[in-house]
Amino acid sequence: MVEEDYNKKYTKEQVWGFLKEIPDPEIPVITIEELGVLRDVEVTPTKVIVTITPTYTGCPAMKMFEDDIISTLKQHGIENTEIKMVYSPAWTTDWMTKEAKDKLREYGIAPPVDGSADKGVLFANGPKIVVCPRCKSENTILKSQFGSTACKALYSCKDCLEPFDYFKCI
Amino acid sequence: MTTNEALINYCLRLGDSSLILGQRMSEWCSNGPILEEDIAMTNVALDLIGQSRTMLTYAGKLEGKGRTEDDLAYRREEREFYNTLLSERPNGHFGDTVTRNFLHSAFFYHLFQALKNSKDEMIAAHAAKSIKEVTYHLRHSSEWLVRLGDGTEESHNKVQESLNDMWEFTGDLFEMNEVDEILIKEGIAVDLTEVKKEWEKIINQVIERATLSKPEECYMQSGRLNAMHSEYLGHLIAEMQFLQRAYPEAQW
Repeated sequence: MVEEDYNKKYTKEQVWGFLKEIPDPEIPVITIEELGVLRDVEVTPTKVIVTITPTYTGCPAMKMFEDDIISTLKQHGIENTEIKMVYSPAWTTDWMTKEAKDKLREYGIAPPVDGSADKGVLFANGPKIVVCPRCKSENTILKSQFGSTACKALYSCKDCLEPFDYFKCI
Repeated sequence: MTTNEALINYCLRLGDSSLILGQRMSEWCSNGPILEEDIAMTNVALDLIGQSRTMLTYAGKLEGKGRTEDDLAYRREEREFYNTLLSERPNGHFGDTVTRNFLHSAFFYHLFQALKNSKDEMIAAHAAKSIKEVTYHLRHSSEWLVRLGDGTEESHNKVQESLNDMWEFTGDLFEMNEVDEILIKEGIAVDLTEVKKEWEKIINQVIERATLSKPEECYMQSGRLNAMHSEYLGHLIAEMQFLQRAYPEAQW
């Protein structure tokens, strides 16, 4: 077998550059970099090791991320990719950039409001004000702590009467 | 028993309890009382199954016999499961499910709080990760318990009965044996009598707020540590394992 010498062909930054634009399969306006799922890239002579962390332990999108990472690197001639899943530090919405939050809002999903540490265990009523991403009204109500995906809660706007997703803080 | 053997068993306890409770919750899929709750309960199921994957994968790795998370979930017999007796209780009516989940989530919440400081890195990371999800499960079930307990006379009576029925399975959550003893010494496991104290605080607080009465002291069922189960587990795993038993090695 021919030595691949990936580390002579590509730098870590280049590989990171290939990967950073991979979109979230459920919320295609944000990328794995903005989401904070992409943690590290290591380029060795024989393989590229990509470290990722799950948003939620059961998030079905993780498998998609893995497949997308492998196929993206294949397009750049990297055949041997190892995906390393890490659980610590645990993923938090605090890592989400302001730009990512703006994109979510634009897409129709209210971004996380409070920091992850701000909530009580029992009987929290959610963050104080979640602004409707459609009409910008502050007159909204929590319908359910659980929404269309693990990372979202379901809200409803009392002014425009539309339901909307809220990306909850963890 | 070696430390590694104890650790494998400990991971199976954690992973199996999440798996079995997750399978139970998935039974609500398309059967929820309202759409929002159907979605909520299947989200909880998804979190729990995700949590079990981490621990079963780790148990397989520690064992070193090449068993994967799937082998452990789908190829073990009933008497090889170390889940809590509470996790396998049938869903019953919505109030039964809410009550079971409340008692179990409060247990997981305080267990994971303590395990965040485990000297085993994987268990510590798993606990820190899972607690974020379990916080939502605990909040969801405790809010419903209050709503039902402090609701109509009918909902109050029904959920009080659920609580009384589930109570005898709560002792099993906190039982310990040689596995715990070995791992506590290593700083890997935690003393469940300490977890129980914290658990009781939450239980008392929510029961009071829900205008319910705490069940009286009663005989406590036991079995988790020896993989002894109620008749319900066999039925649950028969359904859960059907596909891999009927079509071994089936892939998506």
